Amino acid sequence: MGEELKLLGVWGSPFSRRVEIALKIKGVEYEYSEEDLFHNKSALLLEYNPVHKKIPVLVHNGKPIAESLVILEYIDETWKDSPLLPQDPYERAIARFWAKFLDEKCVPAVWKSCMSVGPEREKAQEEALEFLSTLEGELKGKKFFGGETVGFVDIVANFVGHWTGVLQEMAGVDILTEDKFPVLCKWAEEFQNCPVIKENLPPRDKLLAFFKAQRETITNFYKNKV
Amino acid sequence: MADEVILLDFWPSMFGMRCRIALAAKGVKYEYKDEDLRNKSELLLKMNPIHKKIPVLVHNGKPVCESLVILQYIDETWSDKCPLLPSDPYQRAQARFWVDYVDKKFYELGRKVWSTKGEEQETAKKEMIESLKLLEGELGDKPFFGGEKLGFLDVAIVPFSTWFYAYEMCGNFSLEAECPKFMAWTKRCMEIESVSKSLVDPHKVYGFVLQLKKAFGIE
Repeated sequence: MGEELKLLGVWGSPFSRRVEIALKIKGVEYEYSEEDLFHNKSALLLEYNPVHKKIPVLVHNGKPIAESLVILEYIDETWKDSPLLPQDPYERAIARFWAKFLDEKCVPAVWKSCMSVGPEREKAQEEALEFLSTLEGELKGKKFFGGETVGFVDIVANFVGHWTGVLQEMAGVDILTEDKFPVLCKWAEEFQNCPVIKENLPPRDKLLAFFKAQRETITNFYKNKV
Repeated sequence: MADEVILLDFWPSMFGMRCRIALAAKGVKYEYKDEDLRNKSELLLKMNPIHKKIPVLVHNGKPVCESLVILQYIDETWSDKCPLLPSDPYQRAQARFWVDYVDKKFYELGRKVWSTKGEEQETAKKEMIESLKLLEGELGDKPFFGGEKLGFLDVAIVPFSTWFYAYEMCGNFSLEAECPKFMAWTKRCMEIESVSKSLVDPHKVYGFVLQLKKAFGIE
C-alpha cells in the first residue's frame, strides 16, 4: 500500500519546521500544505485538529497527529532508521526532559522578551537569560545535544538555534549573544550548518522581514497562546 | 544487584499520584518520601536542581523529573508487566496528545476553580465541564482510555479525580451531574488495586485546599 503522508504547516513556524527536519532525517517523502494561520485556517486543519486548531499536523494515511513533540515521537517510532531519540530508557528520559524545558520555558521566555512590552518584557528577558544558561550547561562538551549528530533535543531546540537570532534582531534586544552564551552560540552555528537542517530553515532575511511586517498581527495572535 | 527506587512526592499531588499508580501497576518496590514543599529536602534540590519540584523518581541514584517523562521511563524500564502505552505508534501518539491536552488545560482550570471567584471562577467551571465532555468523547464506549485495560491516559488523568470534591465544594457545582460518564470511568479505575491504593482521599484533599486558601488569604 502506498504511504500517504501530508504535513499541514507554516513556513515561518519553528514547530512546523521541526517535523520537516525529522522527516528529512528519516528520508521520508511527504506532501506539504501551507496554512494561513492568521486569516484563514483551512477546513482540513479544522477537521484534523479540532481540539487546538493549530499546526503542525501530520496526516499519515488519513490519520492526523497533532502537537510537534507528539509528532516527532510518532515519526521516530514509525520510521526506525536514523533514530532521533536514544535507545536507553534513562537517556530517553533526559532527552524528553530537555524537550519539555525548551517548549515550556525557553520558547515562551524568548518570545515574550522580543514580542512583549513593559514589565512583562523585562521579566521575560531575565527568565530567558536564566533558562538559556541552564540549557548551555546541558550542552558543555558535546557538539550537539544528541552527541556527535543532531538528535531529538537539537531538533526541538531549533527555535534557539535559528529563530532567536532573528527575533532579537527585530526587537533590538540582546539575549543569545556570544559573550554570554559562547557554547550555545557555537552549537547554533553547527546546527545551522548541518546539511539536513540548512535545507529546512526559512532563510534568515525572509524570516526577519516576515516578523517585522507582521509584528502587530503576531503579537495579537499569540497574546493568549504563549 | 537490587534496584533502588525512590519517589520524591507530595501526598496531594496529582502528578505524584500518576507515578505511584504506574509503579504499583508494575509491581515495583520503592521507597516513598513525602516532601515538605515549604522546606524542600537536600535530596530534592540535588535531584531536581532546575525545577525543584516533585515528583522525582530516583532509580539507582539517577533522577528522572516531570511526571509524564517519569511515566514513560517506568513503562520502558519495567516493560515486562502491565504496559501502559499501547504498542501501535498511532495509538501511542493519540495517548500522548490527550495527556498533553490534560496537562495544558486541566491543572490551570482546577486552580482557577478553587482559588478564584465571580466571573473568572464561572468561566473556569464551564471550561472544566467542556474539557471533561471532550475526554468523554475520546473515551467513547471503551471501559478505559487504554481499551479493555488501564493505560497511559487513564493513569495520567485519574489522579485529578481526587481533587473533584474540592472543586465541587469551592465552585458550588456538581461534576457528577454534568459528566456522569466521566465519573463512571473514575469509579471503574478505583476498582483496580494499583489505582485505589495510590490515590488519596478526596476529603483530605479538600482539607488541604482549605488550608491553602487560608494561607493565601482567599475567601
